[in-house]
Amino acid sequence: MKHRRNTLAAALVAGALCVATVGVHAQSKIKVGMMLPYTGTYAALGTAIENGFRLYVQQQGGKLGGREIEYFKVDDESEPSKAVDNMNKLIKRDNVDVVVGTVHSGVVMAMAKVARDTNTLLVIPNAGAEAVTGPMCAPNIFRSSFSNWQPGYAMGKVAGERGAKKVVTITWKYAAGDESVEGFKEGLKASGGEVVKDLTLPFPNVEFQALLTDIAATKPDAVYAFFAGGGAVKFVKDYAAAGLNRTIPLYGPGFLTDGTLEAQGASAQGMLTTLHYADGLDNAKDKAFRADYAKTYKMAPDVYAVQGYDAAQMLGAGLDAVKGDVSKRNELVAAMEKARIDSPRGAFTLSKAHNPVQDMYLRKVVGTENRFEGVAAKALADPARGCNM
Amino acid sequence: MDFAVFLVQCLNAVQYGLLLFLVASGLTLIFGILGVINLAHGSFYMIGAYLAYALAPLAAAHSGGGFPAALAIGVVLSIVFGYVLEWVFVSYLYEREHLQQVLMTYGLILVFEELRSIALGDDVHGVAVPEWLAGSVPLGGVMTYPVYRLFMSGVCLLVALALYAVIARTRVGMAIRAGATNREMVQALGVDIRLLYRIVFAAGVALAVFAGMLAAPVTSVYPGMGNQVLIVSFVVVVIGGIGSIRGALLASLLVGFVDTFGNVLVPQIAGVLVYVLMAAILLWRPEGLFRTG
Amino acid sequence: MKFRRFAILVQQTSAWRGWPLAVAVVVLAVFPHVGGDFYVDLVLTTMILSIFALSLELLVGRTGLVSFGHAAFFGIAAYATALLSPSGAAPSHAWLLPAGVATAALAAAVIGAFCLRARGVYFIMVTLAFAQMTYFVFHDTKLAGGSDGLYLNVKPALTLDGITIVDLRNPRTFYYATLVLLVLVYAVLAAIGRSRFGYALAGIRANEQRMRAAGFSTYGYKLAAFTLAGALAGIAGFLHAVKDGFVSPEILAWHQSGAVLLMLILGGIGTLRGAVLGAFVFVLMKELFQSEALFGAFAKHWQLPLGLAVIACVALMPNGIVALPTQLRRFRAPLLNAG
Repeated sequence: MKHRRNTLAAALVAGALCVATVGVHAQSKIKVGMMLPYTGTYAALGTAIENGFRLYVQQQGGKLGGREIEYFKVDDESEPSKAVDNMNKLIKRDNVDVVVGTVHSGVVMAMAKVARDTNTLLVIPNAGAEAVTGPMCAPNIFRSSFSNWQPGYAMGKVAGERGAKKVVTITWKYAAGDESVEGFKEGLKASGGEVVKDLTLPFPNVEFQALLTDIAATKPDAVYAFFAGGGAVKFVKDYAAAGLNRTIPLYGPGFLTDGTLEAQGASAQGMLTTLHYADGLDNAKDKAFRADYAKTYKMAPDVYAVQGYDAAQMLGAGLDAVKGDVSKRNELVAAMEKARIDSPRGAFTLSKAHNPVQDMYLRKVVGTENRFEGVAAKALADPARGCNM
Repeated sequence: MDFAVFLVQCLNAVQYGLLLFLVASGLTLIFGILGVINLAHGSFYMIGAYLAYALAPLAAAHSGGGFPAALAIGVVLSIVFGYVLEWVFVSYLYEREHLQQVLMTYGLILVFEELRSIALGDDVHGVAVPEWLAGSVPLGGVMTYPVYRLFMSGVCLLVALALYAVIARTRVGMAIRAGATNREMVQALGVDIRLLYRIVFAAGVALAVFAGMLAAPVTSVYPGMGNQVLIVSFVVVVIGGIGSIRGALLASLLVGFVDTFGNVLVPQIAGVLVYVLMAAILLWRPEGLFRTG
Repeated sequence: MKFRRFAILVQQTSAWRGWPLAVAVVVLAVFPHVGGDFYVDLVLTTMILSIFALSLELLVGRTGLVSFGHAAFFGIAAYATALLSPSGAAPSHAWLLPAGVATAALAAAVIGAFCLRARGVYFIMVTLAFAQMTYFVFHDTKLAGGSDGLYLNVKPALTLDGITIVDLRNPRTFYYATLVLLVLVYAVLAAIGRSRFGYALAGIRANEQRMRAAGFSTYGYKLAAFTLAGALAGIAGFLHAVKDGFVSPEILAWHQSGAVLLMLILGGIGTLRGAVLGAFVFVLMKELFQSEALFGAFAKHWQLPLGLAVIACVALMPNGIVALPTQLRRFRAPLLNAG
């Protein structure tokens, strides 16, 4: 009796799995898989990216390359350990034509690996991991945002030019943090300063008190911090609460103050950051973009929304060239490579490693805006060390 | 490291340790007296922090008196919640093996996380420090120390003293101490053990929730914040000895110091140090520093 | 006459206790040919988890040692595989698999030597502590890529004199290799269960003092079981590293140790098929609750029904699914006898 029951149970389990594998294949819509953080410290960034992407598609009448878009979403929770499984869900279960994602640099490395193994088209709307346009670069991997090195390098140059000789860096200990700090070090060295201490804490830890005490004890000329999302809010507030902002200027890439100013309030005023986007840019595309975004989503856009928007533009440029036929991969890729993206940040082109070549702006926090102050680095290209394309 | 900095790091260590004590004391009571391994204890801490976030508008509207009022409301709510939870769920765990308790309370963690996600969303939130505590005390030149952290340490110390007073000097405390050593005898002596257990559990929950509310302005409010504190609390409870409040206090301060100075002096292995400490102490004293019963 | 002999043969064959297992193996073997890519992947992951669960079953079910840190050995083997695999040509898993398993076994022997000095709930806590230690070593140090994890550059193949016998880069081959290993581990554990060693462990679970009085050096037996369990978990760890080509510290987290304990209790502690069944049921439940086809927008809150299901299963079926028929029979019997 028991044997038969167990056999039956085993057969049912197998049957259930078989039934569940019957997939539906729609031919008329292009399947776009969005792998973004919808929970956790980067949740707001994920939502902004998706909003930006959808806005562009909506502006094109809901179509890219003449075909409608069908969205599949997966929450990557900013967890590198689940990245491979999440990618497989989109590629093998949902059979998407292109994957768009993500925010966290550790997650994107796993995504790039799977994309290379399965030859899936991947457009990265944020994560700046250098490996992706470095040793792991591939014809089917594109980025519409930045590499971690770019804003860091620009800030290093500015910090050195403003007289910082001894600097302490502080960040989360993961790919994005390490690479941003490395970029900063290079830029700082180029303009005559040096980093005396590197402080780190595990991602996404926000208990900064002991490290802030350490910074105070070291008495540097300036501090460079890389944090984003919820962590950025907390750090800037804690930095001010410890009284350090009165004597030691705090520098960082724009992520420290983008999308976070309302929460940071008074603690962020007057801060200088570098990023490929700013408030008050004098270009028509940006003004139109902001108006449209505010009307559609009832909130102001930030750099993440712009990157999502540009990811859609990039994809659209490629799809237009092949008239929506995703199977013509080589022509699609060639069109994307040659595209000149008319972005709200200012027009940009892609480097050989598929990373944007763009201006880095210097911004200052005034009220709830990151006001454009000048260009920190013009047409800055990521060195793409290790890329064989 | 000069003396002023050393002093500040000591303050950081004490503040972290005392906060940990609030959570761990609840856990050690539940573990020691009810005999239940409650993995969901970290969730109570998380609930407390989110409660602080949810009640923040109330606190802001009545500035000055708002924050203590919010804390009081939180404590009352958590006592009620703990009472009901014990009645409805935890009381069924007493006769079960440790493994089953572990897994059922693990399921409870998942339930609480998702309920919180449905009710309050998944974003990271900051909670404002009340204005009258928002200042900083200058310490040695370039650095200042936030008043709020001093306030936290003070409040935790007061709670610790109150806890000691209740357990060592009142009838209820006596019943609790007796119940930790010999449950059946206490029942035979006519004490309503079920009511006692309910009170102890509610107290444990209230301590964890209060700790979460207190810590919210300092740690931010984010999903999964209960998990980290849970593991460290268990380490504290095991080091101090299951069921011993005194042990929990000593152990949490120990952990606070090891963690704080570890993060500053040897950040590479700071995470490991606390567990090395626990392993070392267990090898020396297999049942913790202060065993009960 | 002949018919009678035939009938007896049929009766004896159908009474063979191995049928459910044989059917299961056949179903698993045939599945890649009928299932979609994603679901074959899922079954593969579940088979790897089954090996992991089986290894813990030796400790928890047979010896009565509840370890909350078993994920440490799974992770150590996975990391060893990733760290030891060369970046160039495909390494031969003739040595990579034993290397991974040996590392896990060594770690288990060392950690077990410490942990087994504690008893009861303290044992649970100390195993948790050591697992957390290994987690932080991999998460916080630069030893192996930190919190972002580490990549396996080339997947291994079994080569002998330059001829590739079993190439694990081929997904089909990898699937069948995993199935073979699962069957092997199951068989080894079943054999142990019937051996003197296995009975000694069962005795330790029942009453350790009595075993000691009877002259068994229980510490030695427990340490042997702990080490063996660690080694078997190492096989699962090796397979995991090769499958994804990627390892991250999260596979050492206490959530992983908790999940495998959950699989054991779901299936039924004390039986080998319970461990495998528990693994499949757990993964199936997770996929079910995450399925947007069934739950729509609520699917993103899948941990809620999962948590409730866990509580319900542990509360209502403390002896697991394999004990369900017995439980139901006991439930039905009074009803049958009434009136």
